[in-house]
Amino acid sequence: MSLVGAAVRRKEDPNLLVGRGRFVDDIVVPGAVFMMFVRSTEAHARIRSIDTSNAMGIQGVVGVFTAADFGDLAKIPGLPPELAPLHRSVLAVDTVRFVGDPLAVVVAEDRSIAEDAVEAVVVDYEPLPVLASIGASLAAMADPDGPRIYPDLATNALPIIPEAERDPAFDAAPHRVNQRFVNNRCSAVPIEALAIVADWGPSGLVVHASFQAPHHLRNQLALFFGIPQHECRVVAPDVGGGFGTKICFYPEWFLAPALSRLLGRPVRAAQTRSEGMVHMHHGRAQENDVEVAYDDDGKILGIRVHTYQDLGGYPDPTGLGLGVLTSWMSCGVYAIPLAQTAVTAVITNTTPVAAYRGAGRPEATFFVERMMDIVADRLGLDPAEIRFRNFIQPDQFPYAAATNPEAVFYDSGNYPAALDELKRIMGYEQLLAEQSARNADPSQPLMGIGLACWLEIAGFGPNGSLEGFGHLGSWESAQIRIQPDGTALISAGTSPHGQGNATAFAQIAGDELGIDFDRISVRFGDTETVQQGIGTMGSRAIAVGGDAVKNAAIQIRERAVQIAAHQLEAAPEDIEVANGVFSVRGTPARSVAWAEVATAAFQPLSLPEGMGAGTLDATVFNEVSNFSFPTGAYGCVVGVDRLTGEVGIERFIVVDDCGVVINPLLAEGQVHGGVAQGISQALYEHVQYSESGQPLTSTLVDYLVPAATDLPRFETGRVVTPTPVNSLGAKGIGESGAVGSPPAVINAVVDALSSFGVVHLDMPATPEKVWRAMNAPT
Amino acid sequence: MTTVSIRVNGIATSRDVAPRTLLVHYLREELGLTGTHVGCDTSNCGACTVHLNGEAVKSCTVLAVQADGEDVTSIEGLRPAEGMEFHPVQQGFHECHGLQCGYCTPGMVMACAALLSENADPSETEIRTALEGNLCRCTGYQMIVDSVRWAAEHTPTA
Amino acid sequence: MIPSAFDYIRADSADAAIAALAEHGDEAKLLAGGHSLLPLMKLRLASPSVIVDIGRLAELSYVTDRGDHVAIGALTRHRDVERSELLATQVPILAHAAREVGDPQVRNRGTIGGSLAHGDGASDLPAVVLALGGTLIARGPAGERSVAAADFFQGFLETALAPDELLTEVRVPKVPNAGWSYQKFNRRAMDWAIVGAAVVRNGSDCGIGLVNMSTIPLRAAASERALAGGASVAEASSLADDGTEPSSDIHGSSEYRRHLARVLVRRGLEAATP
Repeated sequence: MSLVGAAVRRKEDPNLLVGRGRFVDDIVVPGAVFMMFVRSTEAHARIRSIDTSNAMGIQGVVGVFTAADFGDLAKIPGLPPELAPLHRSVLAVDTVRFVGDPLAVVVAEDRSIAEDAVEAVVVDYEPLPVLASIGASLAAMADPDGPRIYPDLATNALPIIPEAERDPAFDAAPHRVNQRFVNNRCSAVPIEALAIVADWGPSGLVVHASFQAPHHLRNQLALFFGIPQHECRVVAPDVGGGFGTKICFYPEWFLAPALSRLLGRPVRAAQTRSEGMVHMHHGRAQENDVEVAYDDDGKILGIRVHTYQDLGGYPDPTGLGLGVLTSWMSCGVYAIPLAQTAVTAVITNTTPVAAYRGAGRPEATFFVERMMDIVADRLGLDPAEIRFRNFIQPDQFPYAAATNPEAVFYDSGNYPAALDELKRIMGYEQLLAEQSARNADPSQPLMGIGLACWLEIAGFGPNGSLEGFGHLGSWESAQIRIQPDGTALISAGTSPHGQGNATAFAQIAGDELGIDFDRISVRFGDTETVQQGIGTMGSRAIAVGGDAVKNAAIQIRERAVQIAAHQLEAAPEDIEVANGVFSVRGTPARSVAWAEVATAAFQPLSLPEGMGAGTLDATVFNEVSNFSFPTGAYGCVVGVDRLTGEVGIERFIVVDDCGVVINPLLAEGQVHGGVAQGISQALYEHVQYSESGQPLTSTLVDYLVPAATDLPRFETGRVVTPTPVNSLGAKGIGESGAVGSPPAVINAVVDALSSFGVVHLDMPATPEKVWRAMNAPT
Repeated sequence: MTTVSIRVNGIATSRDVAPRTLLVHYLREELGLTGTHVGCDTSNCGACTVHLNGEAVKSCTVLAVQADGEDVTSIEGLRPAEGMEFHPVQQGFHECHGLQCGYCTPGMVMACAALLSENADPSETEIRTALEGNLCRCTGYQMIVDSVRWAAEHTPTA
Repeated sequence: MIPSAFDYIRADSADAAIAALAEHGDEAKLLAGGHSLLPLMKLRLASPSVIVDIGRLAELSYVTDRGDHVAIGALTRHRDVERSELLATQVPILAHAAREVGDPQVRNRGTIGGSLAHGDGASDLPAVVLALGGTLIARGPAGERSVAAADFFQGFLETALAPDELLTEVRVPKVPNAGWSYQKFNRRAMDWAIVGAAVVRNGSDCGIGLVNMSTIPLRAAASERALAGGASVAEASSLADDGTEPSSDIHGSSEYRRHLARVLVRRGLEAATP
């Protein structure tokens, strides 16, 4: 029976369930001191003075440090040399650029004293003009003497993809429609905020960090401090969620080691949630001006997009790349022949923006799917029908997207089948009938039906793709070692934070090796014991990492078969392996257990001529030729309270095509979590700032992460079009839910409000926003 | 400093702590019971949920001194049911994939265990309502609900 | 995350608590369930230097039948208010509203007295007690006094309690035959109300308490008068926001809150038909 495809229960669960997980702040480190930042209360200001004297006087305070104490440290890595003025110091030097910007650090014997000391530091600011939104920042550009957040850069706006001259095909088309879309700033809010322990001793630096890519951090720390990599160890132990926000280089990753070296003691930090809400990089925060040209049949003839990406006060390398991914995905699942995209990245006095589950693809999906509905509405076409008329067809793969035919080749998919399946599960025709009846009855909530047919770019990626974001490579590694007793130990270069990779990788390896699932262990996250890896992001762990595991397992099986054949005096091509046993095909009595083969692998006298000891050990650095493109069709049914505008989700249906499914339980769990975040972006979450850059949503009281009562049940379906891009046929699914769900919700809300002439509503669709839309003068 | 004596997971403990010590920090730092986690500072997330005299409470919003002389059960104190590897709620989470990163899980499990001790056969609505005060960012909650239903259906009756 | 340091006094009687308050004045705060005070202290929005813990005064935790009213000890936890059979039959709106406070963990610790003494117009119970026309009993060095709910809430986090007074009891009239409804409008179940309306219709009397339409809970007096004068539910509820001063914040503009007040009062009145 195959493990791949089975709902195998997780290896990761037992420790986590009984409270024996090892998260960074759980690690006991004798003699450690606690660090905590003093943060700017101004969004943009010059620092006149920092008075640490009161703080220094508190018993238990070891030190209070400012940028002046770290003048010889390098800048935080990641940005290219051309953007030198934007390179960030570990502490603000003379200017703060967002509320929460760390400008000093307190080190104390325990965290309560650290909090006391932080409160006691007095900072004097000279306020500077605040540009707390894309609009404000761009408006300042109109004045040559207007405020510049980085005077040395002389601009607040970075052209990432310049705007091309408008193609005449747009004006030649029968129809055009324009719409501006705002993709609301969100915060990932992993339940574990950032935490680190840095211990710099005579034999080198050891860092435990809540991070998604430990090898990446190790490489950069070594470079940063000018130390050899073998004396720098980074461990990502159990990590309490990441969602992209834990790939970023935060100041504490570099400051904690620097302090440890300075003080000769381990230094730890565990930020509070309020800190995390302003410090951990935000997501989305993108505005898109979109124009679509179409004909009378609803065929989309062209799309033109200008993406404005908010970068925040300290541009992050991933943040700079978000708009490019949006650009690439601006045709969605449709055969749009013409696409013109431009991207401008805008610096603002807000928390930096970087990758958050979907990272650029939810933004594209949102405007593409909203535009399909807008065009359908203008032509009086059913929203499903207009999509069928525009889908890329199953026989058109690999499909070069018009957005970037050199780089973007959709791998596989059957978009019509996914929408058919969605309609079937929804009972689409019945819903339409129900909607007519309900909307005619003033005592019933307004009913809305929304669809979203989407794809996203995942399985990062082909060579060059991650290097663009500063990573060492785009491959992923796996090492498999067979122990003398026939058990297997896998070391993988991915760095999971909830995905269940240990379980999935053991399933993949178990099938190839014929070793029992319970006789396989998988470990990650420690640069000292795991070969160079890249990490977990961009829905790549199964697609690239799982593929590496499979390839390594195949290599070992081939060698093990040689040994077994020798032991069984048979030809290798006649050997089969399953359930822990090698046997000769057709004569099951002639067999040898994995343990015997494994022991023999270390005993040259038992091995075939020419084979030495230790061959059941394989390391693979797996490259993939292309991205993979998970896809799906999502449907949402809402009820809108006619008086309060409150939106309730009555049904949410997801049909996913992630190619071959390794473990349906894990795949479904990923979708649920992504959809929860997507629905939440559509209805609840919104990081907001005042005009003066003061955060208005800096605690979980005001930033609305939903609980179980606030989300619906999800109905799931599946279409499978294996990807040719890896040997598993698996596309990845980690970010899918967050990509496809927001437009399904908003399409449903706008549909519910169609009798009011509402064309579009930006997220989140709060009750007040909906109420105003219903009551706006026509 | 004040002396606090709390019976934790059936074992008498006593420490001298500053009165401002939160119960969650007493458990994690004084006793080394790091299974109970901190996820926020506004009493929203529930990752710190433990049982105080059998009732679910957020240990970040209880001072250790308030629990002086009382009984606390943390995740480490849950006992397996007859014939199971774990407490039924933990077993349910394992069967139904009710956890992913595991960070919210101890608090979530304690909240679910408290629910089942008062309502042995909760409906989906009752489960979701009981978990109003526990945030999970990974699961979307559906598999947590399924986990509690599994536990309700598989808890050995006395 | 961690409060500023404070001295801790455990009161072993109500009188001991009052004496401690008298001694330390503005420096001291009472700690009951802690679910109003501790969140403020953890964010360092409040930093009392003395905490007087009254959480163990079991004698102040009760729900008692007193003939024409029910008396509830200030230290009765929301959970116990929620589950009280006496309240379920005699003052069901209060039992119901207690179930709306926060989440289960909060209700296991928070007390009715703590919530009322905290004096936040956005909390559930103050508006309900106001709508019921309840009475609060305060005890100080000079003895006990009773304060009508209408006089108790005086400003944002400000009540009629003197710095050396302890709220010991809440008295709510029995209304077993009243129609009632508690309309709480919020985004997530664990949130405070954006706006709320507590409606009690007892014969021709009607009490409507508004949550979060000002810094203090308010009676929708204009609506009540209109109803008493024979107006329809629709007419009366259109006056619900008269005399209110709702704030504008990220959860709702004052204009929207006024609209919500009118909608919730209407829905409350419709649901509260005895």
